[in-house]
Amino acid sequence: MQRVYIYKGFERFWHWLQASLIMFLSITGFEVHGSYTIFGFEKAVEYHRVASWMLIGLIFLAIFWHLTTGEWKQYIPTTKKLKEQIMYYMSGIFKGESHPTEKTGLSKLNPLQRLVYLGFKLLLVPITIISGILYMLYKTFDQNNIIVIEDYPLEAIAFWHTLGAILLMIFLVIHVYMTTTGKTPTSNIQAMITGWEEIDEEHQEHNDENKKKSEKK
Amino acid sequence: MLRNILLVIVLVILSLVLVNVFHEDDTYNLKLEELRHKYALKHIPSVDHSKLAELQKEFKSPQEVTEACLLCHTETHKEIMASSHWNWERVAYVEGRGIASAGKKNVMNNFCIGTSSNQQSCAKCHIGFGMTNDHFDFNNARNVDCMVCHDKSEEYMKGVFMAGYPARTVNLEKVAQSVGSPTKNNCGSCHFNGGGGNNVKHGDLETAQLSCSRDVDVHMGANGMNLECVACHTAQNHKILGKLYSVSPDNSNRATCEQCHTTTPHLNDMINRHSSKVSCQACHIPIYAKVNSTKMAWKWSDAGKLKDGKAYEEDDSLGNHEYLSIKGSFIWKNNVQPDYIWFNGTASQYLLGDTIKSIPVQMNTLNGSYGDRNSKIIPVKIHVGDQIYDKVHHWLIQPKLAGEKEGDSAFWNDFNWDKASIAGMEKSGLPFSGQYGFVETEMYWPINHMVAPKEQSVGCAECHTQHNGRLAKLTGFYLPGRDHNKILDITGIWVFWLTVIAVLGHAVIRISITIYKNKYEKQIINYDDDTTT
Repeated sequence: MQRVYIYKGFERFWHWLQASLIMFLSITGFEVHGSYTIFGFEKAVEYHRVASWMLIGLIFLAIFWHLTTGEWKQYIPTTKKLKEQIMYYMSGIFKGESHPTEKTGLSKLNPLQRLVYLGFKLLLVPITIISGILYMLYKTFDQNNIIVIEDYPLEAIAFWHTLGAILLMIFLVIHVYMTTTGKTPTSNIQAMITGWEEIDEEHQEHNDENKKKSEKK
Repeated sequence: MLRNILLVIVLVILSLVLVNVFHEDDTYNLKLEELRHKYALKHIPSVDHSKLAELQKEFKSPQEVTEACLLCHTETHKEIMASSHWNWERVAYVEGRGIASAGKKNVMNNFCIGTSSNQQSCAKCHIGFGMTNDHFDFNNARNVDCMVCHDKSEEYMKGVFMAGYPARTVNLEKVAQSVGSPTKNNCGSCHFNGGGGNNVKHGDLETAQLSCSRDVDVHMGANGMNLECVACHTAQNHKILGKLYSVSPDNSNRATCEQCHTTTPHLNDMINRHSSKVSCQACHIPIYAKVNSTKMAWKWSDAGKLKDGKAYEEDDSLGNHEYLSIKGSFIWKNNVQPDYIWFNGTASQYLLGDTIKSIPVQMNTLNGSYGDRNSKIIPVKIHVGDQIYDKVHHWLIQPKLAGEKEGDSAFWNDFNWDKASIAGMEKSGLPFSGQYGFVETEMYWPINHMVAPKEQSVGCAECHTQHNGRLAKLTGFYLPGRDHNKILDITGIWVFWLTVIAVLGHAVIRISITIYKNKYEKQIINYDDDTTT
């Protein structure tokens, strides 16, 4: 057993703030959608807008962080061991086998995660945010009292925004469940909170090597 | 470790709460305050007419008063004689009709139907004297009635069935000496009573507004700004701003809320943006007919019933006529929630002699649609009813309703539709086949007055809701909170719950296999380890 530092400070801050914002946005968003009443339509719209600007700001920070630290490389997709990873979740996990891929500070995502998170970052979030911005600016006036966006029907904008929101909720369910598939049911969540995760003995050597490599760098 | 999460959550909640607190827009609205100051100052006239020598005499006829007026206001009659108050018509371009002249002369309504052949009675609301029939001389300045609009003694009133002449009891000298800028009393004497009684036609204009509270009308309320009609319906050279689409077709010379309040009156940008598609009135007039009832339906087909050979009336508990032998049966309502339609400022009216194209007959059509850039959602009163039409010629009949005495074919005296139709259509110059029936009619009245205090304006969720919102009937566009893509929503909900079930299933299998494989003990040890570290 060894404790490894996997999630850096900013990463954890970004993750949890983004998680809270997305959950808050979904609560207010589905109220605006007409699914239920909690805050009342007017307040829900107001809160949704404020939270959406916060999320956009946070995402810009995150993009900056990923680019400057080179962390974006974590998301380069690979098919290597992808099949094994899928098979593990479908059968191996029930047999008590260990994860087919190891987790290190340099490669913290398994091939399936890489693919899913890349889709999340490059498709799901952009669809939701771009449609959300169009939604927000719809039928607005510029300083000359000219309507900025008019020809694109609101119905289509709302469709993409709702689609994004539903997919995000489905992502959330699977994502939260997947965190329980670590060494113990809570070890992944603890790692995202503290940054440190306990890694199995058999991977210890690898980790030691990795640690040395990173120290050298 | 918990500290970090808690910190983030607390920060998020705190910032949201702070933003909300600082966003409350109960701040001082300077624009509104400036308007209040501007309109609080009442105009002081530069002339006191009671001191003028020309008016110190006994007037034998109302025409003499007009002549006296024209001694000083030498050219004013020209302005009057160019106005629709005088001409009862206005030349305008009407979609589908071309350049047409429309007005009270030839436009029909589903109240007292039309003025043709009924001038003797209808001219009670004409700003002239002696309009007994359609041969009135519109070029005779002596017949201009200055007093009906400018009397400030509250003495002046037009006589019943006197073709626009004042009642014989009026003291013309007193009236002439009192004249000044028109008040609610002057405008209201006709505009509150259109259709034969208080608040019959408009629903948002009635005698209660002479002295009402702000709750009824923020602009006219006695405990509010107490504005006169002419404060908004300003006039230059007797060309008065504003008109109503029961008789006017074109989008010009309108009195608007924006002329004072601008297009961005709110401190909240989100609400300001609504003005691209929603009229001010739609949110700020949540209900109309707040004091006295207004007529919502009028069935002429019921008219003419007699009891013991005599005309009779039946009233409801509020004193509104439910039935009148001369006019038919009515439905009255108060505190009415308006209907909503798209409107671009242009309209067309049913003119005398038009062929009936659809049933119910649209007495006036307000044009507009969501796709039209100039259209906005406006509140309207929809007045329904039925009235007499020619079964052969397929047009509405203009019956002669008002007459002096029995036997002169007027329906109100003789209760005979045949005679009334023959007499009415003859005056109109249109043929009458002799076969008549009753056809349903519909008329649209834009609601513009009885603006409520802002606290009572329509809330967001009254339209942005899936269930029976105010705009439920207005389809063809996407309204957030009301509309959704059904396929996406249903599929989305199914996939979401299937995912939840799949995840739970996965978890159940994992847990049961663990138990089955007797790894239960090990799990507990791990669990303990975790909690102690």
